[in-house]
Amino acid sequence: MKKQAVSKTKRNAAQSRRLFYCLIPFIILCFLFSYFPLHGWIYSFYDYKPPLSLSQCDFVGLKWFKTLFANKTQVAQMIQVMKNTFAMSLLGIATSILPAAFAIFLNEIKCKWFKNLVQTLTTLPNFISWVLVYSVAFSLFTDSGMVNTVLQNMGIITTPIKFLDSDAHTYLWMTLWSMWKGLGWGAIMYLAAIAGIDQELYEAAKVDGANRFQLIKNITVPALAPTFFVLLMMSVANFLNNGMDQYYVFQNAFNKEHIQVLDLYVYNIGMTGSSLSLATAISMLKSIVSVTLLAIVNFVSKKTRGASII
Amino acid sequence: MEAVVKKHHKKMKSGDVAFSIINYLVFIIITLICVYPFYYMIINTISNNELSANGVINFLPKGIHLGNYIQVLSLNGLPMAALISVARTVIGTVCAVLASAFLGFLFTQEELWHRKFWYRFFVITMYFNAGIIPMFITMRTLHLTNTFWVYILPAIVQPFSIIMVKTYVESMPKSLQEAAEIDGAGILTIFWKIILPTAKPILATVAIWAAVAQWNSFQDTLIYITDQKLYSLQYLLYTYINQASSLAAMVRNTGTVSAAMLASQQTPTSIRMTVSVIVVLPILFVYPIFQRFFVSGIMIGSVKG
Repeated sequence: MKKQAVSKTKRNAAQSRRLFYCLIPFIILCFLFSYFPLHGWIYSFYDYKPPLSLSQCDFVGLKWFKTLFANKTQVAQMIQVMKNTFAMSLLGIATSILPAAFAIFLNEIKCKWFKNLVQTLTTLPNFISWVLVYSVAFSLFTDSGMVNTVLQNMGIITTPIKFLDSDAHTYLWMTLWSMWKGLGWGAIMYLAAIAGIDQELYEAAKVDGANRFQLIKNITVPALAPTFFVLLMMSVANFLNNGMDQYYVFQNAFNKEHIQVLDLYVYNIGMTGSSLSLATAISMLKSIVSVTLLAIVNFVSKKTRGASII
Repeated sequence: MEAVVKKHHKKMKSGDVAFSIINYLVFIIITLICVYPFYYMIINTISNNELSANGVINFLPKGIHLGNYIQVLSLNGLPMAALISVARTVIGTVCAVLASAFLGFLFTQEELWHRKFWYRFFVITMYFNAGIIPMFITMRTLHLTNTFWVYILPAIVQPFSIIMVKTYVESMPKSLQEAAEIDGAGILTIFWKIILPTAKPILATVAIWAAVAQWNSFQDTLIYITDQKLYSLQYLLYTYINQASSLAAMVRNTGTVSAAMLASQQTPTSIRMTVSVIVVLPILFVYPIFQRFFVSGIMIGSVKG
């Protein structure tokens, strides 16, 4: 009896090791591409000049962090970049109500094939890259693009409007493009939440004489609130992470001042500009702030609804 | 009394009808806004290029020809970029699916040494990243810049897909695996013969997401690749948009186009749009067919949230 138990633990230990051996290659991959890159943060404490190796470069301590707050032109630039980042993020949060509205109103349509068609076609733009979105924008809004020719033919304008090569309403345009790409897709989660609502609730309310808008207000909207809240929390946590693809493809000499969000700024000064070290310092600060934001948001979520978001 | 009820009912009905009409109209407009740009690009690539360059083609194609596609395919670098994009999509997807399936399965095995710790080790990587400059330095240290593998290796371990597979495997009956163990099957046999076939639905979701991410990826080429032979289609398209005029000249100068064929002569617009259509076509075909897998991906995600 005892012998059997021993052999079983032995077998388990062997199995445990065998399973772990299978895991090792993936641990290496995960370490190399997720943890190991963090060592790059030390470059922010050096004056790194790319062809040289790190040991040949000067250790400058907190010089780059001080530059961020002391050097006047640098401070002005940072303020502009932060303004852009905040503007884009706030506009994103402000428009995050629209996918919910989209779902609510789409749900009011009873014709099933129409509903499916709308859902399929409006989610399509979400699956093309930002490069393609830019190509679409370019095709429609250049001088000989569809928008300018139609406006000219109708006699509304005489010379083509420069939509892309200008800094007019940059925030608004960027928000509109992300809505074009993301509205239909954003609605899908809400549509699922609506599909999960107990139909008897609606029936009961109808018997009580509730009209369409009362049904929406008293049943649908409260059912969507948790989903909305989670997504809102996530966008607060990602406040500084606008990503750079969208802004990179749309940036040009004209709109640079207002389109440079933090992620793009880091790329611009690091990869095309002069200082890898300064860029690393900024992105390191950004990462720390982001993780802190995520922790705070998660804490708030735990306190207010008893469930974490991560 | 009855009349009042009836009147009220009627009034509500007409209000309802008005609401429905407006609702339908709004959704038709939104849908058109989403679809029209694709349609616009496609009709312009198959229309007479002179008309297209003058911005005449807005609603219907005129002077249909396929010259643009034939010409663009002979553009320097395009077939190579297409090959790179297809290769990274296929290899990257296969690797990501197998790795997610295997890891998701491993993390359901309670005997695994320090299972909880290693699971967290993988999952937590979703919430931080070192930033593009440290990533670039890392790739250079590993000698991965300007190699094809920079597209594949970092994308093999996908924490979110691992979570999805793990959740799915946990919901499968344990008896399947136990029966195989009694028959003497090893861990790899169980994975290959039992887990892979039964987890197909979730793996389809993982695959479709990985494939779209690979096909659409643009940033990695921008940051890690300077060798033109390794450009992906997306990146090539970006460079085309920015230098379309010089490219049109290049195509014209290859001499294959005679003056009589002016209508099909390449213009900056036609080149850019043709390449765009080539890049977007796979998505246009694949998406409606596999839509349910895309949707089930986000549903599983929202359950977690």
